[in-house]
Amino acid sequence: MIDPIFLVEAVVNGVLLGGVLALLALGLNLIFGVVDIVWIAYVDLVALAMYAVYFLVTLYGVPLWLAGLAGIGVGAVLGVLVHLLIISPILTSPPINQLLATGGLLFFIQSFATLLWSTDHRSVRVTLPTLEVAGIFVSFTRLVAFALALVAMIVLYLFLTRTYTGTAIRAVSQDREAIALMGARPQRLYLVTSAVGGAMAGVAGALLIIQYAVHPYFGAAFGPLTFMICVLGGLGNMVGAFFAAFIMAQVISVGGVLVSTEMGYVIAFVIFIVLIFVRPGGIFGRRT
Amino acid sequence: MLELADVTAGYGAFTALWGVSLRVAAGEAVAVVGPNGAGKTTLLRTVSGLVAPRSGHVRFEGAELAGRPAYEVVAHGIAHVPEGRRLFPQLTVAENLKMGAYLPAARARFRESLERVYTLFPVLAERQGQRAGSLSGGEQQMLAVGRALMSRPRLILLDEPSMGLAPVMVLRLFDLIRRVREEGYTILVVEQNVRQVLKLVDRAYLLEVGRIKMEGRAADLAEQDFVRKAYVGL
Repeated sequence: MIDPIFLVEAVVNGVLLGGVLALLALGLNLIFGVVDIVWIAYVDLVALAMYAVYFLVTLYGVPLWLAGLAGIGVGAVLGVLVHLLIISPILTSPPINQLLATGGLLFFIQSFATLLWSTDHRSVRVTLPTLEVAGIFVSFTRLVAFALALVAMIVLYLFLTRTYTGTAIRAVSQDREAIALMGARPQRLYLVTSAVGGAMAGVAGALLIIQYAVHPYFGAAFGPLTFMICVLGGLGNMVGAFFAAFIMAQVISVGGVLVSTEMGYVIAFVIFIVLIFVRPGGIFGRRT
Repeated sequence: MLELADVTAGYGAFTALWGVSLRVAAGEAVAVVGPNGAGKTTLLRTVSGLVAPRSGHVRFEGAELAGRPAYEVVAHGIAHVPEGRRLFPQLTVAENLKMGAYLPAARARFRESLERVYTLFPVLAERQGQRAGSLSGGEQQMLAVGRALMSRPRLILLDEPSMGLAPVMVLRLFDLIRRVREEGYTILVVEQNVRQVLKLVDRAYLLEVGRIKMEGRAADLAEQDFVRKAYVGL
């Protein structure tokens, strides 16, 4: 049998993974919940932010923390560009066209990244010690990434609940015409939402590049998982996505230790398929 | 204060208003009554910028508002309480009121406005943490009016405030609107509840199939033909 200490370690690692997954899912879900369009290429934007941080650090010698902040900015700019160039013209198009457009962006980014930067796996080496607490080994890098992911989510939460713009972003998804009567411009709120969603992708990118290597198909590795979490939590339901991220991360992490890493993902997707049959609206339901 | 001159407006191929002219003086309360489908809602939507008129003028305190989008019109001092209230159901009462004060000028006086609204509608203060969607119909209407007041308007457009309310609540609501009036707001109200609304306003217009058919002082009109016409739609 497996030493229980490994199991505890897997749970801890699952929680740490959950933090970053939750960040990814919240960014995607925010945009979907407000603009009502699924950005298929969302995780590819994360990959672009990862490349940005990577090149800033390795090519230009920018300190990691500064490169990370720049990565957030890159994410926000990408979010704005995607909205203006791709989403804005198709806001009122049938959903299938919207999916095709953002799906097309995915292939564009992946191919473009391959062309520019080849298929090499690139990562920023961070040499932080591994912590040992009561026989459990925890990567300090992951712990920092988890803490920063939590901070980013708290900032997002405060933005959405405490500020006028954040509250208006929640309001525009409930009644677009009524928010215009309040003096807010819906198009501008969509743009801000896309910038914030993009910035969240940037944060995720900065936190992922210190744990994983980026390559042109990074989005293909994390994208489906992110969508699965959003659907499981209920599309557009931020709280649901948050919890779904931690549930899925546990399944992957613990399943990975009990069976094998690949099987961890297999189990996660099987659970997802079963749950979607049982509760098509997601375990936490879609926000109405 | 507000002047509509020869306004024609509609949706697609459908024309809802045909050359409507109307004025509201500062401090006045004016009603537009008429049967269902007369174009009353379109009239208010044209004033607040939700519908762009095909022709004609909408002037407010000297500014031409015809064709201006809704988010600009509200900045001129016109607050629209739309048909069906159109609250943000998932936001709390307090958050709905906060959205009413979205404009920079209104934000600066948020505390003061909030106190005024809570004094006017104490039930909103009691329910400030509750979701707007969980309120009763009457409370929702109060919140919709309160939200409009938060933008510090000079003119308030009310679309069917009594819609969907129990008779007792209708009376209470009209009482509250009267108190809003006494605070010095100018009001343009659209109503099917003709008898009640004529007790509230100074003047009234009768709108029928998109045209103004009659106009006069509320007191003169209350017991006339006009009322019967508005009810029956003949």
